Amino acid sequence: MEFPGRDPSQRVLALDDVSLDIRKGEFVCLLGPSGCGKSTLLNIIGGMLTQTSGTVTVNGAPVTSPRPNEIAYVFQESTLFPWFTVLENFRLALKFRGIEEANWRDRAMQSLTAVGMEQFASHYPKQLSVGMKQRINLARGICVGSEVLLLDEPFAALDEQTRMVLGEDLSILLARRGKTIVFVTHSLAEAVFLADRIIVMTARPGKMKASIAVPEPHPRSPDFMLTDSFQDIRKELYGLLRDEIRQTVAAMRVARDAQA
Amino acid sequence: MVAQDKLVIRTIQFGILAALLGAWYLATRSGAAPLKLFLPAPELVWREIGVLVRSGQLWSSLYVTLTSIAQAYVIAVVAGIAVGFVIARSRTLVHMFEPVLSGMFAVPLTMFFPLFVLFFGIGPDSKVAYGATYAFFPIALNTIAAFSNVDELYLRASRSMGASTWQQFRYVYMPGALPVTLTGLRIGFFICIASVLGGETLAATAGVGRATALAAELMETAKLYAWISFVVCMSVMLNLLALAVETRSERE
Repeated sequence: MEFPGRDPSQRVLALDDVSLDIRKGEFVCLLGPSGCGKSTLLNIIGGMLTQTSGTVTVNGAPVTSPRPNEIAYVFQESTLFPWFTVLENFRLALKFRGIEEANWRDRAMQSLTAVGMEQFASHYPKQLSVGMKQRINLARGICVGSEVLLLDEPFAALDEQTRMVLGEDLSILLARRGKTIVFVTHSLAEAVFLADRIIVMTARPGKMKASIAVPEPHPRSPDFMLTDSFQDIRKELYGLLRDEIRQTVAAMRVARDAQA
Repeated sequence: MVAQDKLVIRTIQFGILAALLGAWYLATRSGAAPLKLFLPAPELVWREIGVLVRSGQLWSSLYVTLTSIAQAYVIAVVAGIAVGFVIARSRTLVHMFEPVLSGMFAVPLTMFFPLFVLFFGIGPDSKVAYGATYAFFPIALNTIAAFSNVDELYLRASRSMGASTWQQFRYVYMPGALPVTLTGLRIGFFICIASVLGGETLAATAGVGRATALAAELMETAKLYAWISFVVCMSVMLNLLALAVETRSERE
């Protein structure tokens, strides 16, 4: 994946030689230093960006534009439309996908109940806290019933405690549904706690550096974080990432000095 | 707010009004000659108001002015929103036209009023054209700002959910742009009223503005004050109308 710049010197090679097979029902985390192209990769998988070379296929069919019925997207910030109530937001998410069911209300309420937000159905997003909004945002992504769920750092804007609780909820919620998930994150602990497999990416241009399996069944309890296997995987990831983070910081310095 | 507080506030507001009227009355009693000429006694103005209402002069003038305002505003709204929306669709067009429009809005169009009279005649048409032109700018500018500032995030989200172009317009662009567009409509409304009335006082054959200017020219000050009080009443009522429309559209 290459981004054109205003002139050739500003052209950026964001991703290079990425090849990834994700099984149905697998939870994959993309982990890497800032600017390594994690979100770009997610956008390409979701059909929101068109890659300059290579192919993406979901269930054997190539992805060239958003496929809302198969792939749902949850963004870093809440994308609940502020001019509609929570419930209306769910209805629109279904309507945009061409799902116009008589029982949409039950379906939305079910998803809200699953994240413990059912009493806020007729609130407007601005009446809710950041954590509540992101919780509902997640529920909306799950509600539409797509097979694939792409999550772009959905907890990045939240505080540590809310993050942990939401991560746990997500693990419980998804264990029951068998969705295929690609999750972008900066957090090592989050990756180990949630993923079946963690893809470690290199500094830009993003390549795949390693693929680490987390052999722990879902749903996972917070106790998992206290086990040796959790700590071992976390340490291994840190070892892999350390050099890449250094490289990113060094590259940023060079770029800064070149500008000065 | 507690009902009692509201009562206190209303009492003070009416108190100020009553005090002003009282001061007016006392000033006319003092008997200074120039004051008598420029500031007729309240009862004389009241009598004049009665004469204008009964003779029908008020209604015929009001009819001309309100019709002009309505026509000018409809033209300004339709043109302003259409032009603003088309420009907001493309970044290039915004860069090209937004500075031009805001630059033109900064020019006091009053100076061009004689041209409107030349082009559209001394009748109501020149006031309609002038009011429509003046009100067009704030409406178009706010529409541009409203539509080009709808958060990219919501557009991306709706695209990822598979919204069609029409759905994106109906459920994302429109509600996202509504508040700022409404602000433009409100500013445009008051500019429209002020322009039509102002135009009438400058050059016209009929209308409330014309009647007011004529009374001033003939030094019929009691009549002048009567017309001014009509204008005040009309403005207050139009303001209430605008407020009612606004609260309704915000609730939806």
